[in-house]
Amino acid sequence: MTPQRPREYWGTRIGVILAVAGSAVGLGNFLRFPGNAAQNGGGAFMVPYFISLLLLGIPLCWAEWAMGRYGSRFGYNSAPGILGALGRHRFWRYAGTLGVLIPVVIYMYYVLIEAWCLGYAWHYLVGKFSLGDDPAQYVTKSKEFFSEFVGDAQDGMMVRGGLQISVVFWLIVFALNFAIVYRGVARGIERFCTYAMPLMGACALIVLLRVLTLPPNPADPQTLNVLNGLGYMWNPHAADAGQPWWTTLKDPGVWLAAAGQIFFSLSVGFGIIINYASYLRRRDDVVLSGLTAASTNEFFEVCLGGLITIPAAFVFLGVVGMQQAGLSTFGLGFNTLPVVFAHMPAGNLFGFLWFFMLFLAAITSSLSMLQPAVAFFEEGLGLSRRAAVTFLGLLTALGSGFVIYFSKGLVALDTFDFWVGTALIFVMAMLQAILFAWVFGVERGYRELCAGAQMRVPRIWRFVIKFVSPTYLVVIFALWCFHKLPDYVEQLGQGGVALMGVLFIATVLTFLLILTHVAGQRWGDPARLTALPEEEGGA
Amino acid sequence: MTAAGWVFMLSSVAFVTGLVIFCFYRVLTIPNAAEHLRGPLNIDPGDRDD
Repeated sequence: MTPQRPREYWGTRIGVILAVAGSAVGLGNFLRFPGNAAQNGGGAFMVPYFISLLLLGIPLCWAEWAMGRYGSRFGYNSAPGILGALGRHRFWRYAGTLGVLIPVVIYMYYVLIEAWCLGYAWHYLVGKFSLGDDPAQYVTKSKEFFSEFVGDAQDGMMVRGGLQISVVFWLIVFALNFAIVYRGVARGIERFCTYAMPLMGACALIVLLRVLTLPPNPADPQTLNVLNGLGYMWNPHAADAGQPWWTTLKDPGVWLAAAGQIFFSLSVGFGIIINYASYLRRRDDVVLSGLTAASTNEFFEVCLGGLITIPAAFVFLGVVGMQQAGLSTFGLGFNTLPVVFAHMPAGNLFGFLWFFMLFLAAITSSLSMLQPAVAFFEEGLGLSRRAAVTFLGLLTALGSGFVIYFSKGLVALDTFDFWVGTALIFVMAMLQAILFAWVFGVERGYRELCAGAQMRVPRIWRFVIKFVSPTYLVVIFALWCFHKLPDYVEQLGQGGVALMGVLFIATVLTFLLILTHVAGQRWGDPARLTALPEEEGGA
Repeated sequence: MTAAGWVFMLSSVAFVTGLVIFCFYRVLTIPNAAEHLRGPLNIDPGDRDD
């Protein structure tokens, strides 16, 4: 028996595009991409980056959009239901559980980072963000502020002696997310993203204009200027200074970094696109919509993130200063950029705009992380919207509370991010690629993708999605495991918060697998599914 | 900023900007694109009530 409940659909074409783009555009566009590119060959990084976009990102995006829309014809909006409908076997329902686990667990820590962004924006807005009067101490003060704000010096710091300010912001942001999701797909998520995305773009453009018109740093005007800052980001270079820049392209680590950047930036394998696309009708276009959402994400990443973050940091800190303050995602966002704004005239205004923009980028993403689970609880367990949202709220509050309490060194956050926000996403993406191209069949998949399409999909896409994308994914995953896995496995062996985090994830996964089993009992045999009648007015 | 840097930067920005403009242009000019897909904003799903 397929789910019988009121169907939800997107209200407008632009709405679904902005919602999917909002899901994809996040902190990584502005903070991860610039550091990644600058440290992996500069402009040369764009070669493997765009190749990965064409051979991995867009093909997998299109596949997810098509899979989601296909699942909706059977009444499914959740990954277990959708993958079960595609694979016609119970195994795929259980595999689809990852499409619920991944966004839920990522939400648990992502909402905290979102709160940090709002908290920083608030401090700038009310003029309470100060790094003192001595520019030589800005980097130290910035790191101290961040450390105190997030409690990374000690576990339990955020709740000792009452709730700390970042926890208050977490409560606000947490409630806001659920208030929006509770209103539903069209009235809640779509409506919010329709306003939030253009506002985010406007904030980013203002900051971009400010950065590109920065005067040279009086301390060293010949070196510390915007052009040289852009050069630091975009000049192609090899790891060895004496080598030609194209030797960078022989480094597998650069290809790994580029493919990983594309993969995570487009939110492939998160279980989100497949959910969002399931609120389309049978003949709604997914090709042009999918490409538009992906290109919007790329615009924010390459044209905004790529022109703002590193040049601004370079003008005020120089190369050595940037490396001291940090070029990682958190380092760049919460250590380096506050130093930039401390130097910048009207720094409070631009600091507010920047962090408010990051907050909008984060919340449009976090909303998308909640909807897959809400859909699953509604259609799998027959819960009402209110019950589903309440249940999810309790579950994610538990996980988020775990991350907040075990704040020392941000180990809990890092643990969730590694095992779920990275490793499991690779697994989910590979499963989806295999299901779509090999089990469902690439010819059926191509026909499904092209149904209602408002632009032509090159026929070579079938070869790419069947052979190239999965191979590319497997190779990246294997390389990534080789480089990253040993350290994290060793960390587990030492027990402590990392082990507790993994056990928590395993517990949530087990719980969701049981719920999938219960849902399967309600839905019946996936081999006997029949499509729902097309609704009146459908194409 | 080197010549190669300018080439990489301008071509990347131009490609992405061109692509997003092309996509939104197609979305907004295809006849049924700007219409409401349906009127779910006017439909109360009914499952938010007690």
